[in-house]
Amino acid sequence: MDIAPILAALKRQKTAAALIAIEIALCCAIICNALFLIMHRLERSQLVSGAAETELIRIRTAGVGQRGNPTEAAAQARETVAALAALPGVKAATITNQVPFGSSSWNTSLRMAKDDKSSIANVGAYYGDENLLETLGVKLIAGRDFLPEEYVDFDALLGSGAAEPKVVIITQTLARKLFGNDNPLGREIYAGDEPSRVIGIVERLVRPRFDSDMAFAESSMIQPVRLSLAYGNFVLRTDPANRQAVIEAAKKKLHEIAPNRIIFDAKTLEEIRSDFFKQDRVMAGLLIAVVVSLLIVTALGIVGLASFWVQRRRRQIGIRRALGATRAQILHYFQTENFLIVSAGIVIGMGAAYAISGWLMRQYELPRLPLYYLPVGAVALWVLGQLSVLAPALRAASVPPATATRSV
Amino acid sequence: MFRYYLWLAARSLKKNPALTALMVIAIGLGIGASITTLTVLRVLSGDPLPDRSARLFVPQVEPHSMDDYQPGEEPPTQLTYPDGVNLLKVRRADRQALMAGGSAVVQPDDAAIEPFFADARYTTADFFAMFQVPFRYGGGWSAADDDAHARDVVISKKLNDKVFAGADSVGRTLRLQSTDFRVIGVLDEWRPTPHFYDLNVGNYSEVEDVFLPVETALELKFGRNGSMDCWDDAPEPEVSPNCTWMQFWVELDTPQKQAEYETFLRNYSDQQRAQGRFPRPTNVRLRNLMQWLDYQKVVPSDVRLQVWLAMGFLVVCLVNTVGLMLAKFLRRSGEVAVRRAIGASRREVFAQFLVEAGAVGAAGAVLGLLLALLGLWAVRQQPGDYASLAHLDLPMLLATLGLALLASLISGLLPAWRACQVAPALQLKSD
Repeated sequence: MDIAPILAALKRQKTAAALIAIEIALCCAIICNALFLIMHRLERSQLVSGAAETELIRIRTAGVGQRGNPTEAAAQARETVAALAALPGVKAATITNQVPFGSSSWNTSLRMAKDDKSSIANVGAYYGDENLLETLGVKLIAGRDFLPEEYVDFDALLGSGAAEPKVVIITQTLARKLFGNDNPLGREIYAGDEPSRVIGIVERLVRPRFDSDMAFAESSMIQPVRLSLAYGNFVLRTDPANRQAVIEAAKKKLHEIAPNRIIFDAKTLEEIRSDFFKQDRVMAGLLIAVVVSLLIVTALGIVGLASFWVQRRRRQIGIRRALGATRAQILHYFQTENFLIVSAGIVIGMGAAYAISGWLMRQYELPRLPLYYLPVGAVALWVLGQLSVLAPALRAASVPPATATRSV
Repeated sequence: MFRYYLWLAARSLKKNPALTALMVIAIGLGIGASITTLTVLRVLSGDPLPDRSARLFVPQVEPHSMDDYQPGEEPPTQLTYPDGVNLLKVRRADRQALMAGGSAVVQPDDAAIEPFFADARYTTADFFAMFQVPFRYGGGWSAADDDAHARDVVISKKLNDKVFAGADSVGRTLRLQSTDFRVIGVLDEWRPTPHFYDLNVGNYSEVEDVFLPVETALELKFGRNGSMDCWDDAPEPEVSPNCTWMQFWVELDTPQKQAEYETFLRNYSDQQRAQGRFPRPTNVRLRNLMQWLDYQKVVPSDVRLQVWLAMGFLVVCLVNTVGLMLAKFLRRSGEVAVRRAIGASRREVFAQFLVEAGAVGAAGAVLGLLLALLGLWAVRQQPGDYASLAHLDLPMLLATLGLALLASLISGLLPAWRACQVAPALQLKSD
């Protein structure tokens, strides 16, 4: 199809054509970035924690186990955990300081040598007893678990004088960050004044709180520290189907052991995770709503303007038909015209999309818009343009040749 | 003339109901989205104490050791207990309050109410006067009570309703963490937004339910909430010079006092260094309330992003409306030609079309307002501690109407100008 006459006709209605092109450009710029933001949010909320998420329950309590004799506090904690582990349906139970996606997070700076003035990494520090790995379902991929004599009591650590734990298990991501490709097992790191030897590597374990930096999210370590009830959360592992029943049974049991204990909350890890990513889901939903609204508004705008053009050119269309143009040729004329205008808009829109992406990078520390979003946006708008122009173009094609002989 | 134009506009708009509806919906959607997001932004970035915020300041000093030192770093946002007490005791400001967040078990006498956890604020005497906290019954405590570790407590209206059934409970006893406290005051409704005095417990959280002297809370080892940053050895973090975890606010009524206080903070840092603390170079800040909220980036970045998104959407809607109006106005070239031929001036034709654009804007404003109310209702259904605050107020209502009218007039400018350029004779001839 010859586009010269189309361009000539467009020149006579520059303003309207320019308006559609501008609208398409804005749409393209916003939609490319919005799609990227949606994917970014959804990707983040798909993060794998490394724990057996569908099988875990966390219970937070307070009210008993005031700071007292460290040995007594530790014994009390151990008895309570044992009572919970003995409940029907419970596969394992532990007491730990934090869980993935939980609201409380314990963080430590690591140094490679005692006298280092600056730290090499900030890590999430999990404390736990001999049941921690099994309960969380974290996969040990190298080295070994802690030995019974390696555990220390947290309450004893709080008072001065007690020895710090001498061994540590770290995540794969942290091992790479600290030691590169070297074998991390047997190496020493400093969380306090005393060295800790790396004895095990877990495949993955995310820390409770993180933003978008995934290497940061997966920088965790596990230390052999037994917590007392004053600082610990109970974590229970059970079959996914049993979770609600186990929550009720555990609450009852805890109340039985200590009637004046207050249970803050008892939630499944899935619920905790869902709360953690709620904001991301809301934002993704909002972005989708904006993208859809933009597409609808733009489509209706194109329909409106194209209908107006068809109506204005009824006589010309009639004349062309009388001179031998087929219906298909009229149809293609309007489709090609729309394609040209939309293409112009897309070219400008891609530039704008890239500019907006640069601004977002600076404001929100987002990665650069991947280039493949641009063709995706372009195709979406071409399709949108063609769909919107179809009805008016069909109406144009149905103008009878006799129109040429009538005056309007 | 205006009424005649309105009549013309109504006629013309009725003639193409689909096109009119399209324009109204486009403006309405754009306005609705913008007003919803702007209202949320406005609520979240508001001034919690409009008449005092310029006089309230957060002093910051730098107590860290040289480990991880990087020149140009900001000092920590909180103070250590020793520094907090030092700055409190010298009383160099008009008012000052040291504080920290926590939680305490409330054990009501009424056996029907199970013991429960209440958010607590451990603070000092000036807190209530400095932040103009409204009291329903009684009042706060004195500096002497702070020093005496008094077992005094101020409670929120909510807690008073729950435990004392809303009665004047001043003088009654409240059991907290197995210790008896005397109620000396009950707050009235108070919800400063943001929760400016301690952002560590949530930027938009509600006010705490119990307030008690910080020394009392430390003595009884009440639990703390918030964030704590420790370095080197800190065996007893709450009172350690190596752990920052407390908030400190001062009131300074004149610019001169503010300058003097900043000098005082520098001198204090130098003096501490002379005594063997504060190894890093002197680094102090004195931000007022609004600067503080800005520095702490209180408004969630998602909310700002939503505003930009809504604005982009509004612009697309407006461009769309310009196109549709252009089509509509130019279609009536014949009508314009007749009006021009029988004596209407270009100005009059221009005015006529602007009135029509304005009418579309007015309808769009009404639709936009309804959509904004719907949008804000949806925001309130969302989780998050600020969701419940999203309400349309009068200024935003007026802004909605103004924005819609302005937007439609701007979209009408180009089409109306093009329409009034129509030459009378030519159009009459050709049709």
